[in-house]
Amino acid sequence: MSGISPDVIIGIFSTMMALATPFLYAALGETFAQRSGVVNLGVDGIMLISAFAAFYVVLLTNDLWLGVGAAVLVGLAMGLLMSVVSVTLKAEQGVSGIGLYMLGMGLSSLLFKVLVGTVKTVQGFKGVPIPLLCDIPFLGPVLFRNSVLVYGAFLLVPLSWFVLEKTTLGLKIKAVGQNPAAADSVGISVNGIRYFSVCLGAALAGVAGASMSVSLLNLFQDNLTAGQGFIAVALVYFGGWNPWGVLAGALLFSVVNSIQLWMQVLGVKIPSAVAVMLPYVLTIVALTVTVNHGRQPAALNKPFERGES
Amino acid sequence: MPAERSISPEKASLHKTVDWGAIMVNVALPFAGVIVALAVGAIMLLLLKADPIAAYAALVQGAVGSTFGLTQSLVKATPLLLVGSGICIAFRANMINIGGEGQIIMGALAGAAFPLAFPAQSGWILVPGACLAGFMAGSCWGFIPGILKARLKVNEILSTIMLNAIALQIMNLLLQGPLMDPDGIAHGTFLHQTAQLPQQAFLPRLVPQTLLHSGAILALLVAIACYFFLWRTGLGFNIRAVGLNPQASRYSGINVPFYEALSMTLAGGLSGLAGVIEVIGVQHRLMSGITGGYGFTGIVAALLGALHPLGLIPASVFFGGLLVGADKMQRAVQVPSSLITAMLGLIVLFVSGSSLWARRWMAHRDASAALSASKLGEEL
Repeated sequence: MSGISPDVIIGIFSTMMALATPFLYAALGETFAQRSGVVNLGVDGIMLISAFAAFYVVLLTNDLWLGVGAAVLVGLAMGLLMSVVSVTLKAEQGVSGIGLYMLGMGLSSLLFKVLVGTVKTVQGFKGVPIPLLCDIPFLGPVLFRNSVLVYGAFLLVPLSWFVLEKTTLGLKIKAVGQNPAAADSVGISVNGIRYFSVCLGAALAGVAGASMSVSLLNLFQDNLTAGQGFIAVALVYFGGWNPWGVLAGALLFSVVNSIQLWMQVLGVKIPSAVAVMLPYVLTIVALTVTVNHGRQPAALNKPFERGES
Repeated sequence: MPAERSISPEKASLHKTVDWGAIMVNVALPFAGVIVALAVGAIMLLLLKADPIAAYAALVQGAVGSTFGLTQSLVKATPLLLVGSGICIAFRANMINIGGEGQIIMGALAGAAFPLAFPAQSGWILVPGACLAGFMAGSCWGFIPGILKARLKVNEILSTIMLNAIALQIMNLLLQGPLMDPDGIAHGTFLHQTAQLPQQAFLPRLVPQTLLHSGAILALLVAIACYFFLWRTGLGFNIRAVGLNPQASRYSGINVPFYEALSMTLAGGLSGLAGVIEVIGVQHRLMSGITGGYGFTGIVAALLGALHPLGLIPASVFFGGLLVGADKMQRAVQVPSSLITAMLGLIVLFVSGSSLWARRWMAHRDASAALSASKLGEEL
């Protein structure tokens, strides 16, 4: 491997930052939902429909923030639907999540074909160098020359940790996910907190979708996410339901993906199918080797009904 | 503690006599779900400035309006029936198999490779051999998430989705390499498909001038066999017991992880068989896109059939027709068939959401039955 120059190393890590962004938004959002006891498997569907919403709005108006806003609204609507089915109607969460995924995938493909038709690109978010810091050798180009959505994703990690661990709201979310009957008995609205957490997670999945279509790739096509939403759900398990664990997982995945992309750019002889397969294999290995079940919210996947123990 | 999953009220008893009330609920609610999805679909069509009546008329016309449409609906129902039967078995053991797509691919790969490897053999060897090879390959792809869940509590939904993506890449790798059609290489087209299988490996056609093949009958027999397996054999009983109450099953000496892994292995095998049938019955070669989304549509069919192999039969025919009709609709009123994917999602959301009403109705009925029984006891 003689072709590895410092530029390539910087390239690999810069790509890693960009690739980690959708994972971070989606997986941190899912962390909130799961800490409250709801597994939302429809993240991939939410990302797809939101990615389309952001892309389409930017295509029409050229207003990037309007696009992100549209993605958040669409994400919220999907989150509300998931909440009604999974929290109020107490559906089997694995099944309802797959339904949400199919709805998001079908709808995004339908709207794309009808409203746009062919693959078009938009002018997405540009890198914003942070003065002074961006001139630090190596760290500067990797950490401080990214787009706003990338900075946002990484700032969301400590913010999520703070909300979950240091605020009353976080305490309520965790109580509802750990022991809903006890939370209910001290006057916390179990379903209210779950609605809030699922919708928050869905809105963040919306931002994740937008970060793909108007920041990372600047285009939309059928099945744009290629299952990244499901990997994001896996990252929550991998990260032990903790924002810092999720960050570690997102970085690990993204660096593997980034190396894979750079190997193809540099013409390393490896079949593209094998390279594309890597993150999925890694997900299964990660799910297998991480034994985090002790940390799993006790009421995960269990709808709450008063009077049931 | 694993989460209690209750999908159908009918699960409430292991030894059941025919419960007409439960059957009614299990028919009425999915039916209502389809109506709601069609209504929402009509609203979407209006928003897209398409005429919903013309679109649905084209859909029905495409599905049942001609001999070819009708037989084509049955051709598409065949893999749904096989995949769905497997999903029913897995669901009964409390395992959600989203891995149909990957298992179909692995089955189709093995089922295409076997006749291609032995082109000189007779059909009496090639057809059963291909089916067996595909079943085994699919089983392996179902065994992996099954054993990971049973032994290490790895979430089977996530692992099957990852295995779908991995299987897709394995197929790409093989279709771009060792299995690529030599003709395609010679003519420089490099299509991602295998050579055509030897003629004697084709399944016989049931209706001339159509694609309807004898695999449809096989699928029907498999679904009926799955019913007998689940409700009339010891293995099936244990699978359902594990799904209903893993704790109680463990205390009564049932090897819970074994049955969890077994149910996923069987589900994978049946999806693999669907892949083989698609290759030797319809396409006569393996090409990318072989799964046709059957792995996901099969889940919807299984849910609509109340996770019962016999309920699955009409559900599969219905969805087979829906898929065929969608193609016609796409051509007639220029509405992309992805509308159907969205509607399938709505059906899943509705059916899974409405199971609460079904449970409440059953609980209410059983409670009042118990009450009247106890009153009767007092009077006596």
